[in-house]
Amino acid sequence: MQRYLALRIVQSLVTLLAISVIIFGLSRLSGSPVDALLPDDAGPEEAERLKREWGLDRALHIQYLSFLGNALQGNLGDSLKWRGETALGMVWQRLPATLQLGGFAILVSTFIAIPIGVLAAVYKDTVFDGFGKLVALLGQAMPNFWLGIVLIWLFAVIWNLFPTSGRGGLAHMVLPAIAMGWFQVAALMRLTRSAMLEVLDSEYVKLARLKGVAEWRVIWVHALRNAAITPLTYFGIIAGSIFTGSVVIETVFVWPGTGLLAIEAIRARDYPVVQAVVLTFAVVFILANLIVDTLYAYLDPRIRYE
Amino acid sequence: MTEAPTAPARPNAFRRIRLRLRSYPLIPAFVLLVLLVFPAITANWLAPHDPVHGSVKDRRQPPVFFGGTWKYPLGTDRIGRDILSRIMYGARVSLTISLVGIFVGGIIGATLGMLAGYFGGWIDTVIMRLVDISLALPAILLALVLAAATGPSFQTIIVVVAFVLWALYARQVRGEVLSIRERDFVARASVAGASKARIMARHILPNVTNTIIVLATLQVGSVIILEAALSFLGLGIPRPTPAWGIMVADGRQLIVSAWWISFFPGLAITLTVFSLNLLGDWLRDRLDPKLKQV
Repeated sequence: MQRYLALRIVQSLVTLLAISVIIFGLSRLSGSPVDALLPDDAGPEEAERLKREWGLDRALHIQYLSFLGNALQGNLGDSLKWRGETALGMVWQRLPATLQLGGFAILVSTFIAIPIGVLAAVYKDTVFDGFGKLVALLGQAMPNFWLGIVLIWLFAVIWNLFPTSGRGGLAHMVLPAIAMGWFQVAALMRLTRSAMLEVLDSEYVKLARLKGVAEWRVIWVHALRNAAITPLTYFGIIAGSIFTGSVVIETVFVWPGTGLLAIEAIRARDYPVVQAVVLTFAVVFILANLIVDTLYAYLDPRIRYE
Repeated sequence: MTEAPTAPARPNAFRRIRLRLRSYPLIPAFVLLVLLVFPAITANWLAPHDPVHGSVKDRRQPPVFFGGTWKYPLGTDRIGRDILSRIMYGARVSLTISLVGIFVGGIIGATLGMLAGYFGGWIDTVIMRLVDISLALPAILLALVLAAATGPSFQTIIVVVAFVLWALYARQVRGEVLSIRERDFVARASVAGASKARIMARHILPNVTNTIIVLATLQVGSVIILEAALSFLGLGIPRPTPAWGIMVADGRQLIVSAWWISFFPGLAITLTVFSLNLLGDWLRDRLDPKLKQV
């Protein structure tokens, strides 16, 4: 177990390092950032001064190492748009809002997807199963930003049930969470269904039935507990895609989180902030996968010895 | 003998044809043709209005059954551009980007996957590590960095799409090459003196073509959604090009007064991707059932 864990941690670090190289490389290959920072009427000596100040006159690998060193100390530069704020500080300010919405979305989609998935397996090949299939297919076909807008149109504008946008109480989170989680519900539902089908066919479920255990107990306790491991592996992907989906959904619902921050920063050409958001997201994404892998190895001993 | 009845054979033939047709995904194929391929090709001639320059006096016209006229069947947007014409031109953008992106990503991925599977050793290790890294970086993050560094453009989207796809191809193709490599005909070709390049091109490539085609079909839908999302965020196709994602973004602020501006382009995306996914599933079952686990 420890060996497996150590290996996965090293792999995650390598991945993170590679991502930092990509981010750094793109920022430098695309031309000098000085052009973006300087006012249009600045002279060449002004540009020289800024270049020295930022260390842009040094060799590329030296620049990368100093970027990495700073990043490890939590220094990703100052924001260009929000004066007096550091790039990472901006991300930290906005992170709670994103975590709140993302967590709520994951919770809602799990509580919708798993029961429907279980029922679709139990009532296989009935109208109910077909309905589940249709929802899943639609979920994969509908772009989440459009779904968000349609939800606003129907539930906020026409029926006036929820607020159209912004952050506030629970009511503010309902529509964005549905738009965010819809695709996940579709995927999670199908996964639960196929895992349940497999388990329901197994010997111990048959034994439980023979023993006279109530049918609802067989399904929701005996079978689901064993089937749950498959959807569990998917949680790393869910957490990751909810996070990256926040860029789109927060823009649609003007939810003041890190996703909206990224878009605001891009519009203002605030590269340090974009960089900070992307690195934070990458860390969260990799961490989520690491946790899920660890949990999975803990639950299923076969993984550890591979 | 001459009156040997040929007549009863006819309904049978009809029935055969009908049964035959039923096993094909006709409805999704038809929807795709009508929504994506046909408008993409004919937008120049058939689109009723200019997609970029509207007439300001006709702005925010509702669709035909909601108080509008047949002049603008799906209504007009904020500056009087015809939604229908823009959707038709938008089909061209979606189709071009998914074809080019999948082509670039597919070629890079399939080539690297073949090299990794055929040569193994350190080549395999390096390529597969890159695959893992690439799969760990979500597309939208790369798009954010690219758009921040270079500004949104056609090339940005192609790079993002290719970056997302190559790893999937590389992983799948490598897995298949690993097993094909061990088959008799490869060993025989090698004994017969065929070079490594020739073995890969003539003996291995034809055996992974089905996988590549199925994977490409299954990806078109998600690429269209990715492109639309990037354009929606202003990270993809720059304005005023009529792309479906941009059109949805254009109508976002006007959803209260003019819902049709966002609604119809989004509906076009949904129907197109829905049909593409059905078609992809069908093709997968036909050509390459072992991909089912993917």
